[in-house]
Amino acid sequence: MRVLEEGRGELLGWLDPDEARRWMAERKSRSPVDKRMNLREAVERFTHDGDYFALGGFGHIRVSMAAIYEMIRRGRRHMAMAAKTAVHDVDILIASGVVDRVECAYSFGHELRGLSPAGRRAVEGGRVKVVAEISNAGFQWRFKAAAMGLSFLPTRVMLGSDTLRYSSAKVVEDPFSGKPICLLPACYPDFAIIHVHRCDRYGNSQIDGITIEDSDLARAAKRLIITTEEIVDEDLIRMEPERTVIPYYLVDAVCEVPYGSHPGNMPGLYYSDEEHMAEWLKLSRTDEGVKEYLDKYIFSVEDFSQYIELVGGRKKMEYLRRLEMLEEPLRAPWAVRG
Amino acid sequence: MMDYTATELMACVASRTLEDGRSVLVGTGLPMVAAALAQRLHAPNLLIIFEAGGIGPRIPTIPISVGDSRTFHRAIMAASMDYVMSCAQLGLVDYAFLGAAQIDPYGNLNTTVIGSHDRPRIRLPGSGGGNDAGSLCWRTIILMMQDRRRFVERLDFLTTPGYLTGPGARERAGLPWGTGPYRVITQLGVMDFDEVSKRMRLLSRHPGVTLEDIIENTGFQLIIPEEVPVTEPPREEELRLLREVIDPAGIVIG
Repeated sequence: MRVLEEGRGELLGWLDPDEARRWMAERKSRSPVDKRMNLREAVERFTHDGDYFALGGFGHIRVSMAAIYEMIRRGRRHMAMAAKTAVHDVDILIASGVVDRVECAYSFGHELRGLSPAGRRAVEGGRVKVVAEISNAGFQWRFKAAAMGLSFLPTRVMLGSDTLRYSSAKVVEDPFSGKPICLLPACYPDFAIIHVHRCDRYGNSQIDGITIEDSDLARAAKRLIITTEEIVDEDLIRMEPERTVIPYYLVDAVCEVPYGSHPGNMPGLYYSDEEHMAEWLKLSRTDEGVKEYLDKYIFSVEDFSQYIELVGGRKKMEYLRRLEMLEEPLRAPWAVRG
Repeated sequence: MMDYTATELMACVASRTLEDGRSVLVGTGLPMVAAALAQRLHAPNLLIIFEAGGIGPRIPTIPISVGDSRTFHRAIMAASMDYVMSCAQLGLVDYAFLGAAQIDPYGNLNTTVIGSHDRPRIRLPGSGGGNDAGSLCWRTIILMMQDRRRFVERLDFLTTPGYLTGPGARERAGLPWGTGPYRVITQLGVMDFDEVSKRMRLLSRHPGVTLEDIIENTGFQLIIPEEVPVTEPPREEELRLLREVIDPAGIVIG
């Protein structure tokens, strides 16, 4: 195949498919093992300074904020993030100094809430580097290539754009159609953390609602931490096997963390906490504000359950549940003008 | 005549652009409002699709994210990004809505950086699903504000392909045949693209907006036909639905 064009972005997370097979064969146990542990242990064992990682969910939907806080508390540094529709996750990881390189599909924005002051300040000031651009489908299909055990996946996105020129993709002539086609390199992140609705002690996991990229990401990741709203009996999984999105043999750690996606949305359980998001967006306008936020919500507490108490405890969680169930109107302080 | 804002007018125009019985990939904000309005008026069978996996929801309130639980509320399918983007690549998605910080005469879009890529003056979110939508969906509708900083001869960064450098350029780059930008809707008017040159052309100007206003706020040569009609202002029913039903909290339309 003739290479027509090559992106100049840094190639992160790629493995030769035989190297990937060897990793999966040797490091992913097909024997069911009880993988329950606390989050601190999981983060210490499976995340390392300098790693390239991806988070499940969608920026502030079903994202393991609990694990993010733990990475910040453990002082992880020089990490590169697969910013696949990264919203609150990447913002706080950049602001706290954990992430200093980003492969960017969507980052530095807070969707309807506007732009992210902390993330933008870091990139514009040179503290954080965008080492490659990509699109959302681009990331999805980089993970899919890895999940299929391939070196790349051909697609028709990114062609003709600067997004491609700053990515790690290549364009070749499709040997069947003769048309130019974009090859996305497989992406095997060093680790991924995925927050789920429920799983058993071995890691067999169910997700309610959209799965986003997580079925493929779970297979692509070299190490996988599952955080879960609840740990259930294996029998419950076996009663409805069609609901399993992630099977146990992909999973390295299982951590039970109720409300683990707060202040994000956990579909069916609780909506995003827009008052808390507004507080972050306001404080993160300055470096002093960022420090104030991190001291208050992350460094002054020992674990996520203490944090949940701090942000309003059961009363707040009940309000967010009613919001999710459409029993309350949405209050969004960031939407107030003037 | 009823009072309305530019945002409300843009929502109404965008909504009228969508035909019934078609599919549309929508992004955060105004596109959600426009699609919801179309569904309640002339396009009850409009299939709304969200990139994170929500297909055919009955949207109860404006979602904050294209992935939040509202995007698959009473949907026909809660799928994955792979599923939705594959459907788009397969040719099943008719329309996509996009926004941008910059647009050029061929409808190419920048949502990545202002200034240089490696040390940007302003860092923007990047492609997100924008490049995918603009590459794969049949007709792209762009919603953005119009002024000389945004409507530029040359983009700082080409995030999402429009007609690239002109006729045939998309197909030569390998993009799916017959796709591309369809309408550009701003606070001043509505634009489409000349069939032959693929350059942007004025289609209508909004009430109270002069041709000079539009020319002054466009940083490139816009094709201006001899007859330029005035956009139909929002109808009473459209405004009522927008204000009372679709976005009562004013999160998007203010």
